[in-house]
Amino acid sequence: MTVLEEAARREAPPQTPRRTRRWTGWVLPVYTWLVIIYLVLPIMVMIAFGFNDTKSRLNLTWQGLTFHWYRDVFSNAALSAAFRNTLLIAVLTTAVATVLGTMLGLALGRYRFRGQGGVDLLIFAAISAPELVLGTALLSMFITLRVPRGFLTILVAHIMFCVSFVAVTVRARMAGFDVSLEEAAQDLGADPWTTFRKVTLPLIFPGIMAGALLAFALSIDDYIITSFVNGQTETFPIWVFGATRQGVPPQVNVMGTLLFLTGVGLAVANVVALRRRKL
Amino acid sequence: MSARPRAGRKLAPYLLVLPGGLWLAAFFLIPTVVMLSLSLQSGSVEEGFRLTWRVSTYTDAISLYHTQLVRSLTYSAVVTGLALVVAYPMAYWIAFHGGSRKSSYLFLILLPFFVSFVIRTVSWQFILSDQGIVLGPLKSLGLLAEDFHLLATSAAVIGGLTYNFLPFMVLPLYVSLERIYPTLVEAASDLYASKAQGFLRVILPLSLPGVFAGVLLTFVPAAADFVNATILGGPGTTMIGNVIQTEYLTNLDYPLASALSFTLMAALLIGVFAYARALGTEEVLEVSAA
Amino acid sequence: MDQDKRPPEIDSALLRGLTQARLTRRGMFKAAGTGAGVAGLAALLAACGVSGTSQENKAAAPGFWDSQKQAGLLNFANWPLYMDVKKVGGKETHPTLDQFTKETGIKVNYKEVIESNDGFLGKVLPSLRAGQDTGWDLIVITNGPPLSRLLRQKYLVELDQSKLPNFTKNAGPSFKNPDYDPGNKYTVPWQGGLTGIAYNPKFTKREITSFEDLFDPKFKGKIGMFGDVNDAPNLALAGLGIEPSKSTEADWKRAAAKLTEQRDKGLVRKYFDNSGEAQALASGDVWLSMAYSGDVFQLNAEKGREELRFVVPKEGAMLWTDNMCIPLKAQHPLDAITYMDYVYRPEVAGALAAYINYVTPVPGAKQAIEAEAARASGEDRASLQDIATSPFVFPQESDLANTHSYRDLTPEEEKIWNRLFQPIFQS
Repeated sequence: MTVLEEAARREAPPQTPRRTRRWTGWVLPVYTWLVIIYLVLPIMVMIAFGFNDTKSRLNLTWQGLTFHWYRDVFSNAALSAAFRNTLLIAVLTTAVATVLGTMLGLALGRYRFRGQGGVDLLIFAAISAPELVLGTALLSMFITLRVPRGFLTILVAHIMFCVSFVAVTVRARMAGFDVSLEEAAQDLGADPWTTFRKVTLPLIFPGIMAGALLAFALSIDDYIITSFVNGQTETFPIWVFGATRQGVPPQVNVMGTLLFLTGVGLAVANVVALRRRKL
Repeated sequence: MSARPRAGRKLAPYLLVLPGGLWLAAFFLIPTVVMLSLSLQSGSVEEGFRLTWRVSTYTDAISLYHTQLVRSLTYSAVVTGLALVVAYPMAYWIAFHGGSRKSSYLFLILLPFFVSFVIRTVSWQFILSDQGIVLGPLKSLGLLAEDFHLLATSAAVIGGLTYNFLPFMVLPLYVSLERIYPTLVEAASDLYASKAQGFLRVILPLSLPGVFAGVLLTFVPAAADFVNATILGGPGTTMIGNVIQTEYLTNLDYPLASALSFTLMAALLIGVFAYARALGTEEVLEVSAA
Repeated sequence: MDQDKRPPEIDSALLRGLTQARLTRRGMFKAAGTGAGVAGLAALLAACGVSGTSQENKAAAPGFWDSQKQAGLLNFANWPLYMDVKKVGGKETHPTLDQFTKETGIKVNYKEVIESNDGFLGKVLPSLRAGQDTGWDLIVITNGPPLSRLLRQKYLVELDQSKLPNFTKNAGPSFKNPDYDPGNKYTVPWQGGLTGIAYNPKFTKREITSFEDLFDPKFKGKIGMFGDVNDAPNLALAGLGIEPSKSTEADWKRAAAKLTEQRDKGLVRKYFDNSGEAQALASGDVWLSMAYSGDVFQLNAEKGREELRFVVPKEGAMLWTDNMCIPLKAQHPLDAITYMDYVYRPEVAGALAAYINYVTPVPGAKQAIEAEAARASGEDRASLQDIATSPFVFPQESDLANTHSYRDLTPEEEKIWNRLFQPIFQS
């Protein structure tokens, strides 16, 4: 290559080299799309069979298209109760875990204090311990203390494992936090609380939102920990798991689809809101 | 920044940490201790349990269920390996060639998380069922024997686990791959390295923190899972998680169940420690600070 | 920060949260140190221990029933496919329950949460042991070791026979005063049934007649078994020609060996909970399976055609009774006992039997069903007449000749039995 050509190549921004290898150029993208389809396949199945016009308890063979399950989604009393429990627990968990976790994340990310390493380790342990161990340990404690297991114990368990996820998310957000902004506010006469409200909070808000979303998603989906501490109270995943023996009714598909769309909607809204902020 | 610590400032971190920390201590640390204590007790549900420091429960547990324990760790290792192999090319392609659509790809990969994981697994049970949409047509075409089945085999359980944990492997890989400056690869090729060498000696080592994080996030939960084994598995695929659940909830043999749970946790922790030492812990911090 | 390398618009914090993994060597050593301190805490906690049955939890004291008032709510836990169901405008209703509510004003919180005796007892025994309310007023437990344990520990409320006039008048003689609960002091039968074999002739391509068919290599990987320590071991004993109620430990070992052989040869597709075989049979994942006598009926009704068949193996089937009982500390015992008596009215028993298709404890239900059949027409009439003459709902003496009862076990025997059989299903 001539010197000119070389220089031109170096100055050009790093780009996908399109022409160098023809056949490998499409292998990876095709592969990626195949994996994405594989990931999405069960979701398609779930959504599709929410429209199945099945006459029996079993939702196994396609018998025609119908929308009536969307109308009758709450016709199974036990399932609807379980669904309500799940939503309620998720909302409460998100509220409490976000507050507790944000405080933790803020402390870990913003300050330096004694015992920081210990708290760090605690959070790491809570995240990396398998859910099975978390659930069985809680059950052991409830049994020993003779605490009856039900709605409250589920709530307590969910808050526990969501707090660490929120804390980690917020703490990560704090990594890029510029303390001089807070200083500037205080130089301008703001007291700590106002500084927090008007400077710190808005800056870390995306992190808090992300943490809250994560907590919500984790709580709605949790099966393993819940299965140990739920006593007789049923949540949506627990009900579905039990129903796999007799046949999962289409209402489950409908609820799953609705949850899915809600989750996707929230995530998209989060991203759009972020984009707006950056502008 | 000049430090002007006022009394309130000094206390602030401790006050902030207190509620969350207490909650975690009360509902994570203490239960773990209680579980340890329970594993050393003896008795029965009807008579009650008392701490007798009975360590033989552990040896009982291992001798009764070592097959399931080893099986869980093996399945998990296979799942982690599979997930790594499947995820790496994809993460690589998205990180380096995704361009402006990177976030869309990631979003698609995250989609399964928006569906309850029990429903995902049940959907796989449906897809893989003996006369279902995959095996049914193959059987009527005569390509498969009538009694061929994917469900109730270890392949189905491993497949289900891999599916459920694939995003956990893709994301950390992506994060660490994405942070690699493409100019580094350019520099390598300027120094006459081939594409393969550039990958092996530049990209791969730099992506190791992501590999570690992905392996950690996949291996540990996969070993403790029991949902996949219940829904997709059959005899001969029982995992230690199933055993622990049965011992706790059906047999009510709390000491045995706690001992099993603790043994599993210990096995996993040892694995994690060993891995951390081998890889060096500093790089892990890099990824997490990404 | 390099601009063309900025993280994508998905919030990186979210990504980090999902992928966070922090580990430092120093942290590990700290953990070891705190671990030692925590062990001391364990010793402290251990001082409490987990207490067992307290002696005050005896069955209800005299005067208990007099002080009870109807609360208007009944928490009823039952097995699946064990209640009449009618689809009214897309909503699933239980006509007999609705009728009960209309007559008495008691709302029924009906949940089909019992998948197996041991699994359900596993959830309520801790509460019973601790002397707490289980959350249920009425539960249905099969006779045999599960029920015996409840009776032995006195975890059930003693029934006031004066509140059960319909039962006294209408229950069949074989359902009154059973061996396991003389005088029906604590339990009242819900339904009886048989454990036999259900199969799909389309796949098996022949008739199934014997317990040995569950061991046929032609059905490898397509056989279902119950994975609990009641049905499978007892049926295996019967299959070997041993009378379960007279079996000895040596016999149990033989049965365990046979079941283990079946599993090791890869013949068993899956070990089910006591109702899980339904889905598998229906979807074709399993061609034949241990099953309960009434399940097949409901499955065929769901499918709208006679696809599955139930058969009593020639070595005999297990005959059992599911019993209604009131757990201790139930909050609404009067509502529970009111319901217990309600289902012994012939027309109610008939309505239930018409749907459930298990052995009804009320022989008078037969007339009720025949009367209903006379009023109906066409398909409904035919199916009602089938039920009225079905040996699985109104068995004659001859039908019951080839049946066995579960082996009852003392606590010591239970330990040996469980240790022999449980590992088979937990492989």
